[in-house]
Amino acid sequence: MSENLREQLLLLPDYFQGHLTLTLIAMSLGVAVSIPLGVWAAQSNRVKGPLLTVVSIIQTIPSVAILALVVALLGGRIGLVPAITALVLYSMLPIVRNTVTGLESVTDDVVEAARGIGMSSRQILLQVRIPLALPVIIAGIRTAMVWTVGLATLSTLVGATSFGNFIFSGLQTRNLVAVTVGSVAAAAMAVILDAIIGGIQWLAENRVVQVDEKRFRRVRNAVMTALILCGGFIIYSLLPEEEVDFVVGGKGFTEQYIIAGLVAAELEGAGFSTEQRLGMGTDVVYEATASNSVDVYLEYSGTVWSNQMLREDNPGRETIMAEVNDYIARTDNLTNGSRLGFQNLYALAMRRDRAAEMGISSISDLRPYAADMVAGGDLEFFSRPEWLQLRDTYNIDFGEKLTFDTTLMYSAVNEGQVDIISAYTTDGRVAAFDLLILEDPEGALPPYDGFLAVSSEAAMNPGFMAVVGNLERKISDVAMRQANRMVDVDGRPVSEAVAYLQTFLD
Amino acid sequence: MIELQHVRKSYDDGTSWAVADTSFTVEEGELLGLIGESGCGKTTTLKMINRLEEPSSGLISIAGKNVMERNPQELRRNIGYVFQGIGLFPHYSVAENVAAVPRLLQWDETRIRQRCQETLDMVGLPLEEYGERLPSQMSGGQQQRVGVARALAAQPDVILMDEPFGALDPVTRAELQEEFKRIQATLNLTVIMVTHDMTEALLMADRIAVMKGGEVLQIGTPYELLNEPAHDYVQEIVEMPRQRADRLEKLLHRSAS
Ligand SMILES: Nc1ncnc2c1ncn2[C@@H]1O[C@H](COP(=O)(O)OP(=O)(O)OP(=O)(O)O)[C@@H](O)[C@H]1O
Ligand SMILES: [Mg+2]
Repeated sequence: MSENLREQLLLLPDYFQGHLTLTLIAMSLGVAVSIPLGVWAAQSNRVKGPLLTVVSIIQTIPSVAILALVVALLGGRIGLVPAITALVLYSMLPIVRNTVTGLESVTDDVVEAARGIGMSSRQILLQVRIPLALPVIIAGIRTAMVWTVGLATLSTLVGATSFGNFIFSGLQTRNLVAVTVGSVAAAAMAVILDAIIGGIQWLAENRVVQVDEKRFRRVRNAVMTALILCGGFIIYSLLPEEEVDFVVGGKGFTEQYIIAGLVAAELEGAGFSTEQRLGMGTDVVYEATASNSVDVYLEYSGTVWSNQMLREDNPGRETIMAEVNDYIARTDNLTNGSRLGFQNLYALAMRRDRAAEMGISSISDLRPYAADMVAGGDLEFFSRPEWLQLRDTYNIDFGEKLTFDTTLMYSAVNEGQVDIISAYTTDGRVAAFDLLILEDPEGALPPYDGFLAVSSEAAMNPGFMAVVGNLERKISDVAMRQANRMVDVDGRPVSEAVAYLQTFLD
Repeated sequence: MIELQHVRKSYDDGTSWAVADTSFTVEEGELLGLIGESGCGKTTTLKMINRLEEPSSGLISIAGKNVMERNPQELRRNIGYVFQGIGLFPHYSVAENVAAVPRLLQWDETRIRQRCQETLDMVGLPLEEYGERLPSQMSGGQQQRVGVARALAAQPDVILMDEPFGALDPVTRAELQEEFKRIQATLNLTVIMVTHDMTEALLMADRIAVMKGGEVLQIGTPYELLNEPAHDYVQEIVEMPRQRADRLEKLLHRSAS
């Protein structure tokens, strides 16, 4: 077995537990909420129309957006609660809709007979309509279950552990083994949970006429065992976990994984226990740190400058860093634990030969060509203020703007599928693919000093601050680019890049 | 026992009348046949008696009590009802279907089981053989017999039957008619039986009500209807069995000679 695969499999129990917990709790709540809603809707046309519209609309909101919205609504809380909330919202449509359809498909004949022999409306519902609608309702639950297992992988983005951790870190660090392990594990879980519900459905259908009594008993025992195991599992995973000393957060790209690994390793070295929550979106991890759910993560001065402070001017690297420090302390009680030394600038990059052909060396040279160019951006770029700033300063807009996962984005420009991309200056792939970083003569893009943002609680711990402070100005642009390159280009594990960066510390 | 006084029912706020000004009385222990062409209001009349439909005006009472003053669920549990569409619960076994009303009345399980056995025997479907089947595993005629057993199960004094034997073959049908008539007489049940079959009505009913267009044209014993029909329509339908018997007779003669 390869070293890489072994490393991934070691993570499996932890991610499995996270994923199953999310799925089971979300499904239990989803069923508990959606079936009563469906029953209510089936009784009253006034409720039915609006309710079905609302759950359908929820379904059309992109899942990543729902996650971000839920985090924002919960005041920056990350982890299980926002993830489960979002999953429950998503599970509602198939269950509510099938409950309504199932109840409505019970024929008037049967309902009239139930009334005619003297059943109350409640008895008609519980003893006749719901049992007859059950196969349709269960079909809805099965659909919801498969969706939930799949969507639970996105919980990684809001800091809940799931098989998504394999997938997102694997995509970022070009570790296909991790992506495969995560996908196969999620698929296997979906199949098994679906089989359990299928078993329940089979039992319900064969309750009266037992085709084969032995088989019936076998299925019943298997399903009961599975349900008891699931119940026990939920209880077990809800038991309060041993608190770790510090939570190290991070966004979803290689440099973040490496620096988070470095900070965690340094903290562990100083005797603290840590836990890493990686792969979160920029706003999510910022708010999580402001609300003390995360203790420390790598942030960039320019990101806060444009995203949080909504500034568009560029008064220079030092002024911006100072104003950012002031701003995060004042508004969100965050501390700059240390400025690492490197800058990870957003920039526009092209293939060197192509740029030469067109005679382009700076962004202002793009103006005559931009309308005919295809540009690739990472998942955030084209909706970020930096891009709007670029667009307005240079008065350019690209003919076509495509969004990529960063790994795919670099191969796309390298293979000529796009003409120009949003690159990061510390990215190892810029050098590896020999890309040209276009100059920014107008200074439209703000500087991006990497610094460790520290939560208010962690900032009060002198031991913690000493470890974090020790990183001050230790990691140069060159060192960071090399570390990124080890992972992104050479396919080394993150732990090796961390060890490499540790050689710069004393 | 059952009394209807000037009962009217419209499903469309008085534009048309499904039942128009109907009055009749069914004595205790009597079997009343209700006959008439399709859509003349027979089912509506039955449904109003156990409050599946509410009359637009008029008064219905059972044992001297206005049905509108009784709790509808309690009223229905004490009236056996055989539905025109059979109306078995598809997810209940035959035994569970028959046990439905006794369960609602919270009988104890041994009594329920015993009663299931008795009623299913009456309709010729022994519990041991048919009890565990689902309705979908029974023929139409068998389902109809389960419907009759269900109506009898809780030992009601009043039974309303909407074409209870329609789907049966002639032999089973004759057997069941006789069996039912015997039970009805023994237990002194008050029964209203809707039928399309004049022969059935003549053979089973103590009195027959002939309906047309929502009104009862005539009500009387088979003898009275046969000998003093008050209407052309009544004459026409009571004559039917005799005419057919005559025609059969002729056919038989011709093939014999
Ligand atoms: N729920 C209803 N809504 C509106 N009209 C109805 C309803 N039920 C019955 N009707 C109408 O009332 C009239 C009497 O119907 P009813 O079912 O009592 O007839 P019936 O004598 O039982 O006929 P059949 O022998 O075909 O069963 C018919 O014209 C029918 O269309
Ligand atoms: Mg009818």
